[in-house]
Amino acid sequence: MSAQPLKKIGERSWGITIFAFLYLAFLYAPMLVLPVFSFADQKVIDFPIKGFTTHWYEEMFAKPEMHKALWNSIQVGVIASLTATLFGLLAAKAITRYAIPGKSIAMGLISLPLFIPEILLGLALLIILNVAGVTLSLLTIAAGHVLLCTPFSMAVLVARLDGFDKSLEEASLDLGESGWMTFWRVTFPLIMPAVVSSLLLTFIVSFDEFLLAFFLQGTEQTLPLYIWSGLRFPSNFPPTLALGSIILVVSIVLVVFAEWLRQAGTGGGKMKVGV
Amino acid sequence: MSDMNSGDYIRIEHVTKRFGSFHAVDDAHFSIRPGEFFSLLGPSGCGKTTLLRMIAGFEFPTEGEIYIDGQPVTGVPANKRPTNMVFQSYAIFPHLDVYDNVAYGLRKAKLPKAELDRRVKEALGMIRMDGFENRRADQMSGGQRQRVALARALVNRPKVLLLDEPLGALDKKLREQMQFELRMLQQQVGITFIFVTHDQEEALSLSDRIAVMQKGKVLQIASPRELYESPNCREVADFIGTMNFMPGVVKSIEPKVAVVEVEGLGLINSPLPEDYSFAAVGSEVLIGARPEKLDVVRGAPHPGEKGVKGTIGACAYLGDRNHYQVTIEGRAAPLQVATEQGDRSTLASFSPGEHVTVSWGDNSMVLLPKS
Repeated sequence: MSAQPLKKIGERSWGITIFAFLYLAFLYAPMLVLPVFSFADQKVIDFPIKGFTTHWYEEMFAKPEMHKALWNSIQVGVIASLTATLFGLLAAKAITRYAIPGKSIAMGLISLPLFIPEILLGLALLIILNVAGVTLSLLTIAAGHVLLCTPFSMAVLVARLDGFDKSLEEASLDLGESGWMTFWRVTFPLIMPAVVSSLLLTFIVSFDEFLLAFFLQGTEQTLPLYIWSGLRFPSNFPPTLALGSIILVVSIVLVVFAEWLRQAGTGGGKMKVGV
Repeated sequence: MSDMNSGDYIRIEHVTKRFGSFHAVDDAHFSIRPGEFFSLLGPSGCGKTTLLRMIAGFEFPTEGEIYIDGQPVTGVPANKRPTNMVFQSYAIFPHLDVYDNVAYGLRKAKLPKAELDRRVKEALGMIRMDGFENRRADQMSGGQRQRVALARALVNRPKVLLLDEPLGALDKKLREQMQFELRMLQQQVGITFIFVTHDQEEALSLSDRIAVMQKGKVLQIASPRELYESPNCREVADFIGTMNFMPGVVKSIEPKVAVVEVEGLGLINSPLPEDYSFAAVGSEVLIGARPEKLDVVRGAPHPGEKGVKGTIGACAYLGDRNHYQVTIEGRAAPLQVATEQGDRSTLASFSPGEHVTVSWGDNSMVLLPKS
């Protein structure tokens, strides 16, 4: 490769810079509507904004149903993220460490729920659960979420295990350690950041998910279901915006943190050899 | 080879490793003695690392058996073998410090704390890394990591230490220093070392014996001197040092000497190798001559030696010696001759175009199969 210096974006290409900003605005500006109106002192979503208030937040926090839904969502999210990360870890280990026939087919099948319309997935699961006579509950929602979350977990962990110097695991075996203990003494500590990243990511996927939860819900609601049901009453609308704003901020923070962890964790396994 | 009792500490019995239809190792069959510094030498892809990994227990032979200290280990996994390995990348655990890296195997063996501490300290002392207990891999130089990898393996007192190109990643100066240290360490601990390398100089300077491998086959197993002075085939001669190869025809077999007619050089007397079944009278063979076994002179050849007239072609000044290409009438390929750089008055003593004589003694030549 020739050693031509990379052209700095922005030096000469104003066009592309403007395009990038427009693109980002197009993607994210609509989301700003939520926080903006959640602080607006008015019941109707309309410009011009009449004044600033934190009243909607107070109203929202005062609702016991909201607390219940939040707690339900956390429970579902924790179960789904733990289970999906465990499955994702097993899948990633199998894919990166063993020569299994039909490896890419297996990977494809695990990723499939991402590409099937969720409404069909939800419907199909609902039919199966009905036929099997399973009572719908938070657990059935969590089970549905595992299906959606496992591909995310697998992707994060495959990337980490692939960029991992395999001679580290061989060195542990060579020093007398068993395969299982090698995993706990060497592999797991080194992929820990990716595991945490996977937990956060899958938690958020579950926490924000609506359609599957809608199909698989029993008597208890998760937070997105609570928001949906609240929208039927106009008086509930501003507090719902407040709740949506909080979820938005928390989601962004968690995803950014998960991504930071994932990137920070890729350095560990491979060492530069030099003096 | 005379000591038969201890001659087969490690036995590789007709070991073959196939990956699909590819023969990574093809019928390797030899023994390694206790306390020996044994090298597997060959170009990349020759099967040396696969063979080492089979001894370590990371790969398993398609055919054949491996014995260590009399015990068959062919199907035994790496964690149950009395071997330890120094990896090419060193494989220092990045989440552990030097102390915990070295103690890794001892912790598995559940050694009492005091004993463990003593052994770790002893191992660190041996590689002169005391005081580095709390360093991590990214706080060490390549040479230091290499030494930690050595200590981590040796602290377990393996019967065999396996080294997979451990010096490959170091720069030249450090590599030479580490070669010296490795040799000292091996003499100190007295453990059998099996050393994989593609660097012939490294293998020659370190090893008691070397197995030269190519395309999965072991070509020759011998001491460095034997390999250099009496290679058993063209491939070995070519891989270790440089050599002039001259096709010839066997005219007669005398006691200890084959008389071979070589184009442009006339009749050449070459000492007979141990196995000269390939050299029947009338058959085609190769005569090999190392450049430094030949000499360039003005006028007659050295007393008692034979010679042939030629013309200096290219010459190269290499500091401690001069390299000449000498064109011989009736020979297509010029002869490579290296002359020692003696006292300073002889600097560049021959120049291109000069008419000279190439001189050699009877022991300069090696008899090789036509291949």
